[in-house]
Amino acid sequence: MNAQTTDSLTAAEMAHAHPNPNAHASDSNHGTRRSYLIGFALSVILTAIPFWLVMADVIADTMIATLVIMGFGVVQILVHMIYFLHMNTRSEGGWTMMAAIFTIIVIVIALSGSLWVMYHLNTNMMPGHIMNPADML
Amino acid sequence: MSSQVQTADGEAPQYYELVPQHHSAHGSTQIGFWIYLMSDCLIFASLFAIYGVLGANYAAGPSPEHLFNLPLVAVSTAALLLSSITYGFAMLDMEEGKQRGTVLWLAITGLLGAVFLGLTLYEFYHMIHEGAVPQRSAFLSAFFVLVGTHALHVTFGIIWLVTLLAQIGWKGLIPANKIRVQCLSMFWHFLDVIWIGVFTVVYLMGMLR
Repeated sequence: MNAQTTDSLTAAEMAHAHPNPNAHASDSNHGTRRSYLIGFALSVILTAIPFWLVMADVIADTMIATLVIMGFGVVQILVHMIYFLHMNTRSEGGWTMMAAIFTIIVIVIALSGSLWVMYHLNTNMMPGHIMNPADML
Repeated sequence: MSSQVQTADGEAPQYYELVPQHHSAHGSTQIGFWIYLMSDCLIFASLFAIYGVLGANYAAGPSPEHLFNLPLVAVSTAALLLSSITYGFAMLDMEEGKQRGTVLWLAITGLLGAVFLGLTLYEFYHMIHEGAVPQRSAFLSAFFVLVGTHALHVTFGIIWLVTLLAQIGWKGLIPANKIRVQCLSMFWHFLDVIWIGVFTVVYLMGMLR
C-alpha cells in the first residue's frame, strides 16, 4: 500500500518536472532547428563586428577598442553556451550549471590573479631601455 | 516493511523523490563528460593566463602585427562557426532517427574542422618559415602553446568524429552511438567557445597593441 502511494507520487513529480516523458534519456539537451539557426546568426554577427572593428581600425582609442572586443567575446561565449551547448539550470538536476559556475569562479581567480600578480613582471627586471640608473630609483 | 516510523497523527510517513533520478545505462555519461570539459577549461584558462602575462614580451622579435594575417583568421573562424551549426543539424537528424542525414552532416562538420586545422597548420608553417619559432620569444612560446593546444584538441575531435562515423556505419544509431554523438557535440561546441577566446584575446587584441 505504502509503496504504491510512493510510486504514484514519484510519477507525479516526474511528470511535473518533465512535461514530455520521452525526453528522459537525453534530458533537455537538444535544441530545435530554429534555436540552432538563431544561435548561428547571433554568433556570425558577434564575430563579424569585432573583426570589422579591428580590420577597419574603427575605434582610435586602443583601450576602448580592447574593452569593446572583449565584451563581444564574452557575449558570444554566452550565446554558444545557451544555443549550442544547451546550458540551462535544469539539465542533470542543475549539476552542469553548478560545475560551470565553479569553473568560471576558478578561471576568474586564475586569470585576474595571474595578471594582477605578474603586472610588474618587467618592472622588476633590468630593462634594456632604461639607460640612466637614476630612472630606476 | 520491517520497521515503520509513526508520525504524530498515527499515519505512516511517505517518502518520495523530490528530484527524479534516471537510471539508464548512460545516465551519468553526459555529466561526467561535462566535468571533463570543465577541467579542460581550466587547462585553457592557465594557458590564457600565461599568454596574458607574456603576450607582450617580444624580446625584440616579431610582434603580432608583423605575424598575424587577420583575413586568414577570419576564414578559419568562419569554418569553425559553420562546423558548429552543421553539427547542430547532425544532432537534429539524429533525434529524428535519420542515419544518412546524421552521417552526412557529421562528415561536413569533419571537413570544416579539417579546413580549420589546415589553416592553423599553414599559419604555423608560415610563421616558423619566417623565423618566428616558439623559442624566439616568450610571446611566441605562449602563442604556440595556446593555439597549438586548441589545434591539438581539434585534431582529436576529428579523429573521434571519423571513429564515430565508422561506428555508426557499422552498428547504426544505437543508443550507445547516440550518447557518443552527444558527447562529441559538447566537445565540438566547447572547442568553438575556446576559439572565441583565442581569436578575441590573441588575434584581435594582439593587432590592437
